[in-house]
Amino acid sequence: MKPALFTYHRPGTLPDALALMAEHRGGARVLAGGQSLMPLMAMRMTRPEQLVDINRIDELKGIRDTGDTLTIGALTRYSEILRAPLIADSLPLLSEAIRHVAHHAIRNRGTIGGSLALADPSAETPATCLALCARIVARSSAGEREISVDAFFEGLMSTALAEDEILVAVRIPKRPAKVPHAFLEFARRKGDYAQAGIILAPSHGGVAENRAVVFGIGSTARRSAALEGAMTNGLSAEAKAALQQEVTAIIDDDEGAAYKLPIVMTLAERAMGRLKP
Amino acid sequence: MTTAPAPAVGQSLARPRAKRLVTGRGRYTGDIAAKRALQVAFFRSPHPHARIKSIDVSAARALKGVVLVATGADVAKHCKGFAGIHRLFKGMKAAEQWPLAFDRACWQGEPVVAVAAETRAIAEDALDLIEVDWEPLEGLGTPEKAIAGGTVLHESLGDNIGYDGTTASGDVEAALAGAAVVIEDTFRFGRHTGVCLEPRSILAAYDPSDDSLVVHESHQCPAQQQAIFADLMGLPEHRVRVVCPDVGGAFGIKQQLYGDELATCIVSKMTGRPAIFIADRVESFASDIHAREHVVKGQMAFAPDGRILGLTVDDLFAVGAYSNYPRSSIGEASHVAALTGGPYRIPAYRARVRMIYQNKPPVGHYRAVGHPIACAVAEQLLDRGARALGLDPIAVRRINQVPDGTASHKSHSGFMLNGLTVEACLGKLLAGFDMAAFRREQQDARKRGLLLGLGIANFVEFTGTGAPYYGESGAPVTAQESCLARLEPSGHVRCLTGTTDQGQGTDTAVGQAIADAIGVSFDDVEVISGDSAGPVGGGAWASRGASSGIEAAVRAGRALRDEILRLAGLILQRKPEQMMLAGGLLCDAASGAELITLREVATIAHYRQHLLPPGTQPELSMTRSFVPQSQSFITTNGVQLSVVSVDPGLGDVRLLRHRVAHDSGTVINPMLLDEQIRGGVVQGLGAALFEEIHYSEDAVLGTGSLMDYLLPLATEIPDIEVAHLATPDPGTSIGAKGAGEAGTAGAAAAVLNAVNDALAPMGAHISTLPITPERVLAAIAAASSSHDTKPGLQG
Repeated sequence: MKPALFTYHRPGTLPDALALMAEHRGGARVLAGGQSLMPLMAMRMTRPEQLVDINRIDELKGIRDTGDTLTIGALTRYSEILRAPLIADSLPLLSEAIRHVAHHAIRNRGTIGGSLALADPSAETPATCLALCARIVARSSAGEREISVDAFFEGLMSTALAEDEILVAVRIPKRPAKVPHAFLEFARRKGDYAQAGIILAPSHGGVAENRAVVFGIGSTARRSAALEGAMTNGLSAEAKAALQQEVTAIIDDDEGAAYKLPIVMTLAERAMGRLKP
Repeated sequence: MTTAPAPAVGQSLARPRAKRLVTGRGRYTGDIAAKRALQVAFFRSPHPHARIKSIDVSAARALKGVVLVATGADVAKHCKGFAGIHRLFKGMKAAEQWPLAFDRACWQGEPVVAVAAETRAIAEDALDLIEVDWEPLEGLGTPEKAIAGGTVLHESLGDNIGYDGTTASGDVEAALAGAAVVIEDTFRFGRHTGVCLEPRSILAAYDPSDDSLVVHESHQCPAQQQAIFADLMGLPEHRVRVVCPDVGGAFGIKQQLYGDELATCIVSKMTGRPAIFIADRVESFASDIHAREHVVKGQMAFAPDGRILGLTVDDLFAVGAYSNYPRSSIGEASHVAALTGGPYRIPAYRARVRMIYQNKPPVGHYRAVGHPIACAVAEQLLDRGARALGLDPIAVRRINQVPDGTASHKSHSGFMLNGLTVEACLGKLLAGFDMAAFRREQQDARKRGLLLGLGIANFVEFTGTGAPYYGESGAPVTAQESCLARLEPSGHVRCLTGTTDQGQGTDTAVGQAIADAIGVSFDDVEVISGDSAGPVGGGAWASRGASSGIEAAVRAGRALRDEILRLAGLILQRKPEQMMLAGGLLCDAASGAELITLREVATIAHYRQHLLPPGTQPELSMTRSFVPQSQSFITTNGVQLSVVSVDPGLGDVRLLRHRVAHDSGTVINPMLLDEQIRGGVVQGLGAALFEEIHYSEDAVLGTGSLMDYLLPLATEIPDIEVAHLATPDPGTSIGAKGAGEAGTAGAAAAVLNAVNDALAPMGAHISTLPITPERVLAAIAAASSSHDTKPGLQG
C-alpha cells in the first residue's frame, strides 16, 4: 500500500498553486485534508503524477461574514466549522450535518472544500451545501467564477470544476437559527457514510425556495421536487408516491441499493415530522 | 515474624507489557532492525479461478531496486508441497499446495509472484510491470454451487467435497415423527475474518554459511512454525529458530502456514539477504484466513411440554480453495457436529457435516472455532420451538439443560462433557435482571413503533486441547506446554514459557501463577515467551494458556521452590519441609519467623558454592512440562443475554445491553478475564451485525478495506456485564479452564435471538448473520407479504 511515484509541490501562495494547475492541466491533483485522496493513492486507485499541496495557503482558510452570506475558505477544517460561533449562529444546519461526518481525527484534517470537490454521493457536506443553496467559488489563473451548487455536482465523484481550477471557497446564504430545518441520516455505525439521508431546508428571507435533498443513493446528492412540494403542502399520499417514484428512478441505476427505498421513505417521513413546530 | 503476602493468583494485576505497548515501545516484527533486508510484495491473482498460461516478469526484473522476482515455479524448487489433512477425520481429502500458484490460481488474492526490492514502494512498482496471461475459469462462490456437479476445483480429489461425515445417536426419525412441534430452518453465516491491529508480518533471515534460518514472525505458534519451515525447506531443525516478538492480535488468523510467508523464507534463501513481508490491509482481506461460511439446515423436535426430542444438523461448510496446513480447515465443522445443542439432553441426534472447496481463501480457526455456529443454530431453533408451543424460552432451556454437577455427561454427539454448570450460569446471568420490567418496557416500546427484543444463548465450549486431537492428526502440533523457571543471582525469577501472548495477557497470568508457586512477588518475575529456541510448547490456541500453559509454569515453579528450600536447608542446617518461601523470604513454616532472604540463598547458590556441603550441585533452572494426555478438550459452558432495539422503518438494530455468565474455572486475574470475555463478545457482536466479506456467486471479492468491512466500534457496543462461576477443573493444580473464546461463542446467537424476539410481533424472522438493515427489511417485507391477513405491529 504505497502510492505510485508522484511529484510533490507545496506552493505558498494561491497564484503559485494555480500556475501549477495550469501547467499540469489534468495531471495534477489538489491535496487538502487528504482524508480521501491519500488512501486512494496508497491503494493505487488514483495515480496523480503531480500533487499540489495547498495546506500552506493561508488565504484559503477561515470563515468570513460576507453580509447576507458566510464565505468559508476551502481549507477550513470540519473541526473549525464546528467550533465557529458564526456557523452556530448563522448556519446551524451545517453544524448539525458536520457532526455526522466521520470521527474527530478525520474532522481535524478533513476540509469543506475537499469534500465538495470529491463529491461523494454519501457525504454530508455536498448534500448540505446543496440544501443550503451554496455557491462554489472556483479560481484558475485566468480568474474567478462562482458556480451555483445546483450546477456543481455533475455525477459520481464528478463536478463542474475545470482541470485547472481550484475550489477556493463556498459562499452560503445565512440561515437564521429560528428557521426550522431537518437533517436526518441513517448510518450503520456512528461516523460512517450515510446509507441514506434527507435534508429539508424550508425557504426563508435569504433563500426564496424550499430545498430538500436526498443523499446516499445514486451517483450524487439530489434535490427532491416531491419533498420540496410536501414542505408546503404536507406529505400526502400523492407526495409519498411521487417521492417513491423519484427514489426508485435513482436507485434503479445504483446496484445493490434497492433495499434503501424503505429507508429513504422512513427518513423522509421522520424529517417532515421534525419540521412541525 | 512476617505475614505471607496475598497470592498473586486472583488479583487484577496490570499487564507489564501494556505500558510498553501503549507508550509506543512495542517490538513488533516490523520494528525488528535487519541490515540489508529486502521488502517483499506479492503479485496476487485478480481472478477467483484462472489458468496461468504464461508469466512475463522481465520488466519487473529490470526495474532499478528490484533484487529478485520469483514465480511459483522458482520458489517451488526450494521446498516441498503441503496438504492440510487431519487424519482423525477418516476420508478427508485435501489438495497439495505450494507457496505460490504456478499453473492455476484458485482464489482472488492467491499469491502468484514474489518481488523482493530495496523498498516496499519499489516492490509495488514492480508488481505493476508483471504480465500474466490468464485463462479465466469458472469461479465457485457459494457452497451450493460447488456441490451442484459442475466444475471440480481439484481434479485429483474427484469432487469438491473435502470431507463428509455424520455423527448420530438415538432414533432421529422417530423423534421427528412423534414430535408436537418440529422447527426447521436454514441458517446462513457470512464469511468474516479476525482483523488484527498488526497485520501478518514475517522477517526471515537465512544464513548460507551454516544453513540456518532465523524467522521473526507475527504468529501464535513458534514451535510449530520451526518444525514446518525445517521440514518443508529441508533445513536441519535445530538451526531453524522462530521468534514471535510482540504480536498485535492473532485470533487464530496467525495459527497456520501461509504460502506468502513460506515464500518470504525462500526469498531470503534465494537472495542470501533478510526478507520482510508485512501484509497491508487490502491484501489482508484477500489473503488472511477467513471464518464461518456455513449453510446449516437444522431441525429441532419438541414434546408438548418443551422437552427436546431430537435435533438434526446438516452443515455445508465452505472452506475455500484449500484446507489449511498443518491443522486443516475441518475444525469449524467438526465443532458444529460436536457442540450443537451441547448444553441440553437430547435423546436423538444426527449431524452431517460436509467440508466444501470453492474459489475463496482458506477458512481457518478464528476465535471460538465453530462454536458460534453451533450456538446460533441450536439456540434459535429452541427459541422458535418455545414460541410455537407458547412456552417461556427460559423455562424450555431449564427443562432441557444438562444438570449441574454431572461429573461426566456423554453428550448426544459422543463427547464427554465434564462438570458443566449450565443451570448455575443461567441463574447468575438472570440474577438482578428484572425480566418482568423488560417485558413491560417491550410492550410500551411497541406502542411507539420501536421493537425491543431479548435473546439468551447457552453454549458449551471446548478449551485446553489435549494430546488426542492433534496427536491423531499427523500435524507437527504439540498439546504439551513447557516452562523454564530460572533463579537469578539477585533472587529474581526469569520464566520462559512455550505458551504465547498476542495481547490477551497470558504472560501476566503465567507470571502470577509461577510467582505463587515459587513464593516470590509478581513484580520479581519476568516472563518471556514466543521463542522456539526456548521451552517447547504449543503456543496460543483453544483457550489453552490458562490451563496447560499455567500448569507447566506451576510445576516448574514448584520444582524451583523445592530446590531453593533444599539449598536453604543446607545453608541453615534445617529441614526443607520445616521452611516456607513467601514474598521472597524463607521463613520457619510453623512460626513464620524470617530465616534468610531468597536473595542471600540465590547469591550463595550462584557465586559461593564452596560454602555449601561437599557434593552439592545447585540446580537453578527448572523445566517442567504438562500435557492433557487423554482427553481431547476441557469442557466448560456459559450463557449470554442480549437486549436490542429494532427500528422497523430502517432495518436498524441497536445493541442496548449485553450480559455474560461464564464458568472459566479458577479465576487467575479478574480484570484480564473480564476483558477477555468482553473482547470476545465484541468480535461476536461484529459477526452478529457488521462483519462480512462479500463475494459474488462467481467468487469475486467485493470487500477491499475497512470502509466496507464494518468492525464494531466503541460507539456501537453497550457496556458488557460479565459474571463468573469458578468451578475448578480437576485436571490441573490451579483449575483454570480458559476464557479466550467464550465471549465470541455465544454473542452472535444471543443477538440473533434478541432480534427475532423483537421481530416476532411482525411475524418476521432472520436466519442469516450478519443481521444487516437490508436483511431486516427483507424479513419484514417477506412477513408482511405472506401474512397479509395477520395483524402487524400493534399501535
